[in-house]
Amino acid sequence: MSMPFGYVSPEQVMKDRADYARKGIARGRAVLVMTYADGILFVAENPSSALHKISEIYDRIGFAAVGKYNEFENLRQAGVRMADLRGYSYDRTDVTGRMLANTYAQILGTIFTTESKPYEVEITVAEVGENPDGDQLYRLTYDGSVADEEGFVVMGGNAEAISANLKEGHSHTVALADGLKLAVQALSSAAANGEARTLTASSLEVATLDRNRPRRKFRRFAAGQLEQLLA
Amino acid sequence: MDFSRDGGSLPGAFFAPGSSSFADFLAATRPDLLPGRRLDMPPGMTPTIDAPHGTTIVAVAHTTGVVMAGDRRATMGNVIAQRDMEKVFQADEYSCVGIAGSAGIAIELVRLFQVELEHYEKIEGTTLSLEGKANRLSLLIRNNLAMAMQGLAVVPLFAGYDLENDDPAKAGRIFSYDVTGGRYEEHSFHSVGSGSVFARGALKKLYRDEFTEDDAVLASIQALYDAADDDSATGGPDLTRRIYPVVTSVTVDGFRRWPDNEVERRVQQVVEERMTSPGGPNAPMRGVNQ
Repeated sequence: MSMPFGYVSPEQVMKDRADYARKGIARGRAVLVMTYADGILFVAENPSSALHKISEIYDRIGFAAVGKYNEFENLRQAGVRMADLRGYSYDRTDVTGRMLANTYAQILGTIFTTESKPYEVEITVAEVGENPDGDQLYRLTYDGSVADEEGFVVMGGNAEAISANLKEGHSHTVALADGLKLAVQALSSAAANGEARTLTASSLEVATLDRNRPRRKFRRFAAGQLEQLLA
Repeated sequence: MDFSRDGGSLPGAFFAPGSSSFADFLAATRPDLLPGRRLDMPPGMTPTIDAPHGTTIVAVAHTTGVVMAGDRRATMGNVIAQRDMEKVFQADEYSCVGIAGSAGIAIELVRLFQVELEHYEKIEGTTLSLEGKANRLSLLIRNNLAMAMQGLAVVPLFAGYDLENDDPAKAGRIFSYDVTGGRYEEHSFHSVGSGSVFARGALKKLYRDEFTEDDAVLASIQALYDAADDDSATGGPDLTRRIYPVVTSVTVDGFRRWPDNEVERRVQQVVEERMTSPGGPNAPMRGVNQ
């Protein structure tokens, strides 16, 4: 049987899409999500103070993303709506990171296989628990795969080198200031061209999910507070 | 893109750009969850629902913000439905809302309002202005008009600290509403609910421009006492069960609910003074504040 003209095998289609998405994601700057003594720390290299890569989804749930802004912003807004709807119709405690991660996986998986172009995004859904054992990190990739990560997640450009750097020093008992320094050092030592750079407070976006806070655990740090923490 | 086809995912409204209102989102996706639409009745039918009613809320502006307090009683006809009901709620970090009227719907409305403000904050990455919040509440009340006409009216009182105003003495602002969603800014103090006439009368005589937060709390407790004195639906301080008014305050430092022991001390002081003067503090017959 002869193949129709222009036939491309499904394997090839999926591979091409995956390559396309991976390239898009690797172009962006990295975002790092890690556990620390009081919860979860998000650090992104992001010179914009208005266009966020890190944000609050719900009381105990945060969101971090790399890739195309309009695409992950779309996912973020859907996540906020989903969480608020569930919390409103059931109870605030019924909104979980796992539920969000599952839905994101469905959405990304559907887009990857049915749309003409996959989303060039990678996202992490983080949930802070009552104690360190309850902390959860879900990494979701462009094709809808979910991974339940332990300790930390690095996404975006040069993620592997940054992960390797972070792996040495990371522990879930690290204090906020030390954890932040560790994260900044990991981000800056693994620059795209292999040279170390200095990252200042103004080029960083930092937030935490702090289990010691009242209801809403998410907290974004202003540049002034960051300078103090990094000093 | 339409996600509704594949079952496991979300309808398109979840991805609709541009809307930062949770109430609008609810109207588009789950209208059955909106407070006003829960009990749709056939036109022309007048309900004979005996549902609990909340009673008196007072708000008093002062030199560093605003105080809101409410009694704890809910009534159903001549029956006391609840003795320890909470009718003053935190709306967000810099505002609070108190409710009078049909309790079930009012609480639902407050819940929606709270999510509405938080939703906006999360989607937009910034908070609404105090005026913006007051207007949103107005819209939610208007959506409840059909039920109000069936006798299930909700009349909230909204107060907050206006971060855009540099003068703290003017930053505590109070907004009242009518059942059609009409929004009115009140000055200095206001009260809603069945005992509000008496509470407002008391506040008129007690209020001073130079009130501190502490003074405003004391005046609110006095006003609620006077409301309970003359209105059967308003609950006075319940000393035997240790149930006292809910007192909240909003200042530049944000929302704070006064702990029960701090309220208790002031309530006991007021009750003590009323032992000798049941009508409360005397206002001067003539002249300005003395």
